[in-house]
Amino acid sequence: MTKTLVAMLAFGWLAACTSPLATCAVQSCPEPKTLTIFAASSLQPAFGKIGNQFQANEVKAQGHVVNALSFVFAGSQMLTQQLGEGAAADIFASADIAHMTQVNAGGLVASPPRVFAHNRLEIAVARGNPKGIHTLADLARSGLVVVLADPSVPAGKYAAQALKTAGVTVKPASLEQQVTGVLSKVAFGEADAGIVYVSDIITSRQVDGVAIPNDQNVIAEYPIAVLNTGHNQAAAKDFVDFVLSADGQSLLKAAGFEGV
Amino acid sequence: MRRARTPAAIGLLAGLGLLLFVLPLAGLILRAPWSQALAELTDPTTTMALGLSIFCSLTATAIALVLGIPLAMILARTRGTVRNVLRALTTLPMVLPPVVGGVALWLAFGRRGIAGSLLYQAFGIQIPFTTTAAVMAETFVAMPFLVIAVEAGLRSLDHRYEEAARSLGAGYWRVLTRVTLPLLRPAIFSGAVLCWARALGEFGATITFAGNFPGRTQTVPIAVYLALETKPEAAITLSLILLVVSVAILVGMRDRWLGAL
Repeated sequence: MTKTLVAMLAFGWLAACTSPLATCAVQSCPEPKTLTIFAASSLQPAFGKIGNQFQANEVKAQGHVVNALSFVFAGSQMLTQQLGEGAAADIFASADIAHMTQVNAGGLVASPPRVFAHNRLEIAVARGNPKGIHTLADLARSGLVVVLADPSVPAGKYAAQALKTAGVTVKPASLEQQVTGVLSKVAFGEADAGIVYVSDIITSRQVDGVAIPNDQNVIAEYPIAVLNTGHNQAAAKDFVDFVLSADGQSLLKAAGFEGV
Repeated sequence: MRRARTPAAIGLLAGLGLLLFVLPLAGLILRAPWSQALAELTDPTTTMALGLSIFCSLTATAIALVLGIPLAMILARTRGTVRNVLRALTTLPMVLPPVVGGVALWLAFGRRGIAGSLLYQAFGIQIPFTTTAAVMAETFVAMPFLVIAVEAGLRSLDHRYEEAARSLGAGYWRVLTRVTLPLLRPAIFSGAVLCWARALGEFGATITFAGNFPGRTQTVPIAVYLALETKPEAAITLSLILLVVSVAILVGMRDRWLGAL
């Protein structure tokens, strides 16, 4: 019994150790280098697709995958904190200028950050909008469970701005640490509404979006930069160039972002 | 008889292990913003989190006492398969990753959960995002510590005292309250302290099931986690408080635990 368990654990451990090598099925091809990308949570669907295309381009050009992409998606504020504590990454893509500025001020950025996408806010509601939510003012209705991102998160900061512009005071049930947390609370039916990005709603398919008029809305700017803490700067520059290229921009647009 | 000398390699490995425990504590103490500590302590976010944590952990411990002692009594009475199954169910939260516990609580008591949907449809009650949810998450994770301690106490109890009381005409409740529970007091006490300490430190199940809102569900561990991103000094100060509480528990319970080990 114990022996079987130990054998299974040892096998699992070995399998886990060797799995990154398994990405290169043919022994003759060189081991891919890792490209670590720290990106805001809201970028997850778009960067997933961009990453696939980036690797497909590599395979087309060189016959095999040159860079293994390692994405870390979290709230921009958490990524900023981790970078500040010395986390090594090749690229940082933030959901606001403020956190990129903070990382830049820490001397971690190798070349000037560039804005690569815009995003707007939208109200996420359950499919079919059963609670009849049509404006930001509706979020102040009593009995409605509204979830926002924490003000330290870009999405939370933008939401607070939009609510202030609209002159609406909302009593949120919870303040999430990343915008995807807001989305999942609405998607699972625990919350009636939340303020997220247009891109979140387009890629989620589990919630409906209620548009926020332009005069109340906030345009989020997403900057990207190559970091000097990484070990793969040449590839990092290629990836950033691809994000800013026509192909990268059209993938971002398909995921609900606005290009630059 | 002389004991064999311990090889240096064992000492070296033991030293490395000890270093793993000691260095983080040193880091916490050395990087603590002592000059700002008082200001951080009186910050509303900090005081609210502390107040909420004390309330939730004590409530969770009280619930664990009310439900956990009877559970331990049933466990101590059963034998064989029934006992193994009951025991596995009761102690599962001790080995389950707390965040999984939070997801499970959510699927059970959330608005669309198996029990939560009934509550919501019948009374319009929603548990997640409330202090009740934070207390439930803490009770879920911490109660096993009390149950295990009390069950161990019951199994090692000398039942002749209870038999003597019964032979003298005492009824079930009288024996329980006058003989059994007083004899169990040390086990109940150490179980309750362990349970309280675990509840105080609860993070994963709480943030998953109860969410995060200052004064409602943002307990100290959650406040530490969030403050680390925006106000590291506040995070370190709150961590120090939890460290002091933990050390106080260890010192206060040293005879009970260290003596027994």
